[in-house]
Amino acid sequence: MQRAFHIERLMAAIAVAIALLFTLPAGSALAGPPTPAKGRGDKCVAPTEWMRKNHMSVLKHQRDDTVHEGIRTAQFSLKGCIDCHAVKGADGKPVTVADPKHFCRTCHDYTAVRVDCFDCHASRPGEAGKSAGVIPEGVEHANAAHAAADRETLDRYLKEAGR
Amino acid sequence: MSCGDTKAGSCGGGCGCASKAGAGEALNLTGGSGVDAARRFFLKSASAFTTLALAPGVTLMAFAESTPASARPADQPVSSKNRWGLLIDAGKCADGCNDCVTACSTENGWASPVKHPATDAQWIRKLTVRDPKNGSSYSLPMMCQHCAEPPCVDVCPTGASFKRADGIVLVDRHICIGCRYCMMACPYKARSFVHEPLHDQKEHAPRGKGCVESCTMCVHRVDKGETPACVEACAKAGHNAMIFGDLNDPSSEIAKRVATYRTTRIRDDLGTDPGVYYQNI
Repeated sequence: MQRAFHIERLMAAIAVAIALLFTLPAGSALAGPPTPAKGRGDKCVAPTEWMRKNHMSVLKHQRDDTVHEGIRTAQFSLKGCIDCHAVKGADGKPVTVADPKHFCRTCHDYTAVRVDCFDCHASRPGEAGKSAGVIPEGVEHANAAHAAADRETLDRYLKEAGR
Repeated sequence: MSCGDTKAGSCGGGCGCASKAGAGEALNLTGGSGVDAARRFFLKSASAFTTLALAPGVTLMAFAESTPASARPADQPVSSKNRWGLLIDAGKCADGCNDCVTACSTENGWASPVKHPATDAQWIRKLTVRDPKNGSSYSLPMMCQHCAEPPCVDVCPTGASFKRADGIVLVDRHICIGCRYCMMACPYKARSFVHEPLHDQKEHAPRGKGCVESCTMCVHRVDKGETPACVEACAKAGHNAMIFGDLNDPSSEIAKRVATYRTTRIRDDLGTDPGVYYQNI
């Protein structure tokens, strides 16, 4: 009896999945894949295709090596990524992660993968850290900017999808 | 015997037979003749274990002879051949001078724009200790004492609070859940909790809301072979009340001074074995 119930649910799930298969391409075609800004220099520390898939692993491994073992090699340091991939804003200064143009956010917004690296790490290079520890005026909460941008992205998506 | 037969060379001593049997059998091996194959195998495995057991001691000796840590390449891990420490001469530490605190705050970016004295982050602070009976007083900087037996590490439920091989006690913010148990365990009141969301942190000193933090002995500078910001500022201002160095290196300035003068480590009676030494307190 119980088994039959499960099969019914499974069938329903499959039906929903098939329905989604037909609706999804239409949605993604509207937004289009993001084109992140080009980094400084000729090439990345690893082939771009590889970095797309593996940047999170190398960053995670490097973070443990650095914090616990004091290994500070340059190739996969987050600082290195931030230095090369800084995107300049309207004022000519590198933007922070609060800006949707930030290199990391270009793809992370698209894939709806929220990273918390920048809750602690500087999201733009070098001297931007002058105002360290200062909560910017008008922004009550550092993540409020992210949340607002997320809502905006969602609203735009819904509008474009005609919903 | 079952240990040698079934887990050749890898019983890890847990069975209690390896070291004893290994030593005894090794003696037999020197004058032995007519040992059968199984016995020979056991002897081989037992002697292999003895070599392994000796290895850490041998390695330690080799490390102690090698180059100073400032020459450590970026791709090499820290090692226990170093024990970074500070020596602070309270006799040279002027009451009212805040140079080390300012330098630390500037270097690591922990100065809070909002003044909540009870909860603001404070990696280093100046204390004035006064004897109410005779009115005498002295001033000293207080920060993480980088204990060899850190109570904060003992109590941390996640392993976020840890001691590096070279003696620097740190918080791995990736693992810290912000329970603040370490803050309660620390006898030196050296740790702070970040209550507010932060923005534009220093790129070499990541810090954020929900994590505990404390003096890192400027680990990012030490790894480059430099001295902590507080020590540098103190020397720059001409006070020279702070010395940074390797306590394990007998030829270092700090080790020589610690060996020569009477120094005090605060609440050393707790068995924390701090890496920060004080003079004239």
